[in-house]
Amino acid sequence: MSRLYGAVRKFYIALIFLFLYAPIATLIVLSFNASKTRAKWGGFTLKWYQSLFGNDIILQALWNTLAIAFLSALIATVIGTVACISMQNMRRSTRSLIMGVTNIPMLNADIVTGISLMLLFISIGIRFGFGTILLAHITFNIPYVILSVMPRMKQLNPSTYEAALDLGASHIQAFFKVVFPDILPGIFSGFLMAFTMSLDDFIITHFTKGPGIDTLSTKIYTEVKKGIKPEMYALSTIIFVSVLILLLLINYTPRAGHKKAR
Amino acid sequence: MNRKLLSAPYLFWSALFILVPLCMVFYYGLTDKTGAFTLENILAIATPEHSKALWEALKLAFVSTVICLLLAYPLAMILCGMNSHKDSFIVLIFILPMWMNFLLRTMAWQSLLEKTGVINGILGFLHLPSLNIINTPAAIVLGMVYNFLPFMVLPIYNVLVKIDKNIVNAARDLGANPFQTFLKILLPLSLPGIFSGITMVFVPALTTFVISRVLGGGKILLIGNIIEEEFTKTDNWNLGSGLSIVLMLFIIFNMVISAVTDKDGEVNAL
Repeated sequence: MSRLYGAVRKFYIALIFLFLYAPIATLIVLSFNASKTRAKWGGFTLKWYQSLFGNDIILQALWNTLAIAFLSALIATVIGTVACISMQNMRRSTRSLIMGVTNIPMLNADIVTGISLMLLFISIGIRFGFGTILLAHITFNIPYVILSVMPRMKQLNPSTYEAALDLGASHIQAFFKVVFPDILPGIFSGFLMAFTMSLDDFIITHFTKGPGIDTLSTKIYTEVKKGIKPEMYALSTIIFVSVLILLLLINYTPRAGHKKAR
Repeated sequence: MNRKLLSAPYLFWSALFILVPLCMVFYYGLTDKTGAFTLENILAIATPEHSKALWEALKLAFVSTVICLLLAYPLAMILCGMNSHKDSFIVLIFILPMWMNFLLRTMAWQSLLEKTGVINGILGFLHLPSLNIINTPAAIVLGMVYNFLPFMVLPIYNVLVKIDKNIVNAARDLGANPFQTFLKILLPLSLPGIFSGITMVFVPALTTFVISRVLGGGKILLIGNIIEEEFTKTDNWNLGSGLSIVLMLFIIFNMVISAVTDKDGEVNAL
């Protein structure tokens, strides 16, 4: 009975994996396809990997994507963490009001968030470009940071902070020596989450970008009709495989005495 | 002490970039080109073209949400029962695929589903009837389930993992069979996760314009496609905003449900 159950479980997980990873495998295979169209297999080649590094348009889009993801995640992490600290001492009603506003970008549709920011930028009169995309990404990243730092904050024992003050630490010292190390895993996972979300976003970028600038997502979207350049497959394969290797390294490196932080 | 001052940057940010923009959507939606008040943009949803797109989107989003729920619940239960490698599985299901661009992944389904695509190649090899769902609503549902399944798995998993195993054991001791235990213990206790999963899947599915364009072959227009075109092609922002307001009514309805079921104010993001 339980062996059968175990087999069914494994089979089910395998099916879900197949479902989630079939398109990814397809893209990796396409990156080695010598034929320029998706439709047929023209033999194995590495030429797209070579021409990728000569393709300035794609490399520029990659640079924009990474710069926006990094900057927006960083700024969102700072603003979000500071907001979490300040919310600790607030009245419950004020706090839940702020949390309600925080949840709006997460629960609202991306298309509405994108449109609303576009209308705002137009009426302020900012030039659409790198700056507007960055502002938009910071906005939808902050909730992810707050939602991963907040639970850590709640677990804190306030007495440790007070103890540090009693023992002569200044507020800033007490924060960085006592509070900060405890909430660091939350800050870190918030940053990673924000970075990933920014990297994968298309819809909000689509509405807040200017004509002269492209991220990988918007570049791909304009290419969907004409046919995606095979270099794009090569680039995504490189990104995917490097993240996979990074994850394997993190997961399988023995760390003595440290419990794995999530 | 002036800890409250620390909240100023975030309060300023969320007012300027969350609340003000939403007010602007309402302003544009409730006025015409000259700035005079009108309900026309909202009532425009009743035209056959728009109401058909909304109905189509509601239908497909509903079907995808149900499929996601049916697929995700057993998966979340299996993840809960696993002892080791639990975290790395969650990363594999949720985080890692996101590093391959979502448009490319959705587009890859074209290659898989096409008449001469990979899946039909395999089916033909096995002498099975071919699958012709590309450019149909079925392909769009598949794309929605594919893209939003993780958003259903995680909230349910987060709730299930917190359920005290002793409650389940007690139910079994008192004579409940596994099915009864599930129906009377696990299901009611995991309702908050289910509701927040439904919100996380239904809203993006209802409002997508990308999946329908890529997998629907441009023939099936959802409400998201119509709104997107009002902003990027026709440049009728008032009409686009009006339709967005209608769309938001459904979202707000969803938000209220999740707010009622999730009193702590923590959406189960991760």
